[in-house]
Parts: sequence; C-alpha cells; structure tokens
Amino acid sequence: MTRMSYREAMREAIRAAMREDARVFLMGEDVGRYGGTYAVSKGLLEEFGPERVRDAPLSELGFVGAGVGAALGGMRPIVEVMTVNFSLLALDQIVNSAATLRHMSGGQFSVPLVVRMATGAGRQLAAQHSHSLEGWYAHVPGLTVLAPATVADARGMLAAALADPDPVIVFEHVQLYNTEGDVAEGPVDIRRAAVRRAGTQVSLVTYGGSLPKTLEAAAMLAREGIDAEVVDLRVLRPLDLPTVLASVRKTRRAVVVDEAWKTGSLAAEIVARIAEEAFYDLDAAPARVCSEEVPIPYPKHLEDAALPQAEKIVAAARALFGKP
Amino acid sequence: MIAPPPSGPVPCARETALSLLDDMLRIRRMEEKCAELYGAGKIRGFLHLYIGEEAVATGAIHALEAEDNVVATYREHAHALLCGVGMDAIMAEMYGKREGCSRGRGGSMHLFDARARLYGGNAIVGGGLPLATGLALADRMQGIARVNACFFGEGAMAEGAFHEAVNLAALWQLPVLFCCENNLYAMGTALARSEAQTDLCAKAASYRLPTLSVDGMDVVAVHEGTCEAAAHVRAGKGPFFVEFRTYRFRAHSMFDAELYRDKREVEAWKTRGPIHTFSARLKQQGMLTEEQFLALDRGAGEEVARAVAFAEAGTWEPVEDLARDVHTPVVMP
Ligand SMILES: Cc1ncc(C[n+]2csc(CCOP(=O)(O)OP(=O)(O)O)c2C)c(N)n1
Repeated sequence: MTRMSYREAMREAIRAAMREDARVFLMGEDVGRYGGTYAVSKGLLEEFGPERVRDAPLSELGFVGAGVGAALGGMRPIVEVMTVNFSLLALDQIVNSAATLRHMSGGQFSVPLVVRMATGAGRQLAAQHSHSLEGWYAHVPGLTVLAPATVADARGMLAAALADPDPVIVFEHVQLYNTEGDVAEGPVDIRRAAVRRAGTQVSLVTYGGSLPKTLEAAAMLAREGIDAEVVDLRVLRPLDLPTVLASVRKTRRAVVVDEAWKTGSLAAEIVARIAEEAFYDLDAAPARVCSEEVPIPYPKHLEDAALPQAEKIVAAARALFGKP
Repeated sequence: MIAPPPSGPVPCARETALSLLDDMLRIRRMEEKCAELYGAGKIRGFLHLYIGEEAVATGAIHALEAEDNVVATYREHAHALLCGVGMDAIMAEMYGKREGCSRGRGGSMHLFDARARLYGGNAIVGGGLPLATGLALADRMQGIARVNACFFGEGAMAEGAFHEAVNLAALWQLPVLFCCENNLYAMGTALARSEAQTDLCAKAASYRLPTLSVDGMDVVAVHEGTCEAAAHVRAGKGPFFVEFRTYRFRAHSMFDAELYRDKREVEAWKTRGPIHTFSARLKQQGMLTEEQFLALDRGAGEEVARAVAFAEAGTWEPVEDLARDVHTPVVMP
C-alpha cells in the first residue's frame, strides 16, 4: 500500500505504462514543457523525451485524430485533451472514427487508443470550462468509458485501458486531482462497478467527482438513522448493471447522483434500467440528483446551487422514506 | 532576437497620443488591481492578464468606430474597457455580481456588452473566429458597412476554426478584420513548437486576403496599421489580417508556473514595454511632462478605485434566479 494523490496516481500509471511498452506515448496540449494543465504529466518529458511526451498545438481534432491513426498504425497512444469542453472540437474523430472503425471494417481494424480528459465543475470557471459530458460518450457503441473516482482507480485503470484493443475514454474530475488515497499493487478491472460503502436501506448510485459528495451524504444519512449503500459505477460504458441491480434489490430504494444535466443523462439511463429490471423490488420511485438545467454560472453561490451537493442527496434519499 | 524598443518621433497629434497613453494606463492599473483582488479571493476562476500587450487593444480599438463589432477571447478585459464597457461593470463582472456587464454569469473570461457591440469574451480557443465571420455575413446581407474586428492569439491559428473562418470570409469577401495578438506563447507552447509556418501573415495570405504585420509594442504603429486595415474592410474590399507582435509579461493565467520560458527573455521584452517606451518618446518630443504623466496615472488609479467600490457594493443574484437566461422568454402577443 502506498499513499499518494489522484494526480500522482495518474502520473505513476502513465509512467509505468511508458516504461513497460515502447509503443505507449503521451500526446496533448502542454503535456510536456508546461508540465500538464493539471500537472499530471509533470516530469514525464524529462524522463521520456519530446518524442514520447509530445506537445501538440491547439488542434484538438488533428491530434486526437492522429491518435486514432497512430493506434491503427501499431502504437498505443494516450491522448490528453485538456478538458471535456474542448473535446467537442475532436468529437468527430472520436465518434465517427475511433468508435466505428472496427465495425465498419468488418472487424479488420481495431483502434487501441486511450483518450484522457478532465471534466466537471466546482472551480468557478463558468460555462465553457465546467461541463460534464461523460454521458455523451457513454451513449456511443464502440467506446469504453471510465470514470476513476478513487486514487486506486486512477492508478490502476490506465493499464487495463491500454490493454483494451478498442478505444477507451478516461474522465478525470478536476476536483479529484488533489484527493489522497491508498494504492495497492496490481491491476484493477474495468468491467465492474464497486460498492464503496455497504448499506441496507437505500442505494446511492454515482460516479467520478460526485463520489466524495455521495459518501459524505451517506455519512450524514447514517447520523439520521438511514443506512445507505454507495455504488460507484467506475465504468460508464458498458454499465455494470448486475452490481447496481443487486444493490437496489437489497435496499429497495435508489438515488442516482450525476453532475451532468438531468435531461438525457446517464442518471436517466440508470433509472430507466432500474425501472425495467427491478421495478417490483422497489419500495419507492427512484430519484435523481443532477445539475440544474443551466450552463454553469461563474459566481460561487450560483455554481454551488447548480451542482449536486451532499445536502441535496440527503434530501432526495430522505424523501424516499416519506420524510421531509 | 528581440527588436530594440520602439523609438523616434511619435507621428500623431498630441491629443491622440495622450488619449492612447491614458487608455494603456487605465488597462494596466485595472489589471494590476485584478491580480491583487485575485490574491484576495475577490476574483475567482481563471484570470488572464493582458499586462504587456496593452498597445494592441488600445491602438486597434482606437482605429474602430463606435458601431463596429468586436469579438474577443478570454484575455479581453482591455478590449471590453476600450469598447466602452464601463470599468465598474467590468469589475463587478469579475466579482460575479449582478451589476456586472454579463450579470455576473460569465466572470473574467466572458465579458459581453450589447450596447458596446462586444460579442464576448470567448474561452474556447478559436471559438470567436467563425462568429466574427457570421456577424460580417449578417452585415453584408443587410447592407451595413461595418468592421467586424476579431481578436485572437497566435495559438488559435492552429485550430481548424481559424482556417475555416478565414477561408469563408475571404471566399465571400466579408467585412472581417482579423486581429492576431501574437504574444509568442499559447499557454506553455512557443510559436515555433506549434506552427510549421511561423510567418503568420504568410499563413493567412494563403487564403488570398491582404495582411500586415506590425510592432504590437508600439501603440502608434498598431493604430496606424489598424486604420489602414479597417479602411480596407470598411470600404467593402473584403477581410484583412493583421498580426500584432507582442508579449505577455505575466503568466498565462494565475495557475501557471512559467516553466516554459526564460526569465531573461521576459525581462528583455519588458524593455519594450508599451507604456514606458511610449511615454519616454512623448516626453522626448515635448508632448508630455512627468507631471502630466502622473496626472493621467492618478486618474486611472481613481477610476480603478471607483470600479472596485462599485463591485464591492454590488449584489449577488438570488439563487431562485439560477436558471434565468437559458432561453429567451417568449412574449405572448
Ligand atoms: C479549444 C481550446 N483548447 C484549449 C484551451 C485551453 N487554453 C486556453 S488559452 C490557451 C492558449 C491560447 O493561446 P493563444 O491563442 O496564443 O492566446 P493567448 O492566451 O496567448 O492570448 C489554451 C491552450 C481552450 N480554452 N480552448
């Protein structure tokens, strides 16, 4: 067991992958000389040189597409896009090429590409820097979408993503980079959700940056005598429904917490699956805590009000017991 | 190689020269205060300072008319101020107060003002370029003779949006003035590491529009160059591309450790600083005395103090109004 920050865990994962496999390289804006926008790649340029820690110009469509091409050509690229907001400039290459090539070519071409990007709000960066669009990517067949929420997953998921023969998108919530945690040796799986807190009365289902808030809410609920279970999805596509459904069947109540907007969200998908598969096991209609339907505003009090918060999660859970 | 500081006689009327100097001082003092307020936690989020680049927005916007449109980036405090957005409304916006020019919703990176014809404050690099082309298209289709000035950094020239927007403007001969603020770095990426062709005018000229490169540390050169380019655009002769060669003295934003450039390079560029070189030239020419300089500086300082007081006294938008202005309210007939 080693204790480190989420940022260090991600860096260690990249470093280990690059040491192990000469085909792995890191490419993105300011990953090298600047030291990484969120300092994840700090020091890697010095260790691996500019050929493998490749600074790219402001050309998201170009360098993400080049990552797709390099993957086709035999390399194992890790492409860093500064934030999910800017990945919209590269959406075409991810959705129309990376996700489809294997199928369109009748199984001839796989794209072993990993794209990492920061996501989420909470730093008062306003409407062009704060969005959570993980659900858009999770909509697309052909992609695997990961949301490491713990330091252990930040350390462990990358190796599994690189071992995957198909494109994997990794979302790193900006509020997690400074969190600290223990890292164990060995690989982690990228197929299963994880129960982060066992409980018996309500399932709180979440992912990514909302996990700490949800655990906080579970602790608050415990003080009120409500025993909540917290499920961390970890993998947003394909969803590990058996783990979610097993939890909900046990607790008979579900609250889904998702920093994206409610309409058309991953939360909507999960609630729909619960309704389809476990309707008769429920004691209450499933609830959701999502962001308000507004581009994230700059002032702190409005940003806080727009986002899921522990208090809102507690209120939603409490309401399932008919409590005010 | 860094060019010698701008020198020699200032080829413009004294009144014009003093007004250019005054505006550069207003920008400088406003932004120095912003940096201080950021440290105090009054301004949050990202804050991108224009310190060192003041001659560009000043010279360029002085060459525009009140009815011209301006599209800018996240490094746009100066542009907003010179477009006529009050310093108090800018400062209140940075605080996130309701009295801000964007109602507090945008902050530093998203200054908007319909009355001043400022269309943002765009924090997606390159995002403003197609928008400017579209504003120009609207003008052309409605028979309005206006310049649509679009400011962007040299980093944006690597984005597809630049190439598509410039090609459209040139193809359709639209009234866009493309103003490239070449400060040599896009965050930590030096020009030579982001562009195969570092001659930005050559790059733009491939779309067959006239180009001009001017010393962006010399406010009069900026002003003259922009006047020439704006006259071309205003006369309906199609778009024009101007490169302003400048330098940012501060970090990219408040989160930047500046690992990518040598302190000596920054110091060398500071000898070309737009404010002190310009005021020295004016003094040499007998257009300015030290007392007059200090009076202008004091005036700028007082304006900043008033703006801060205005922002401090501003109000927070009630949380109940969180979701306003997502859609335009439908007015029933
Ligand atoms: C599409 C997009 N990619 C990346 C970023 C992050 N980013 C913000 S400013 C910047 C550098 C831009 O440099 P330049 O265009 O030269 O303007 P400057 O900041 O030097 O004024 C980067 C990479 C962004 N805001 N938008």
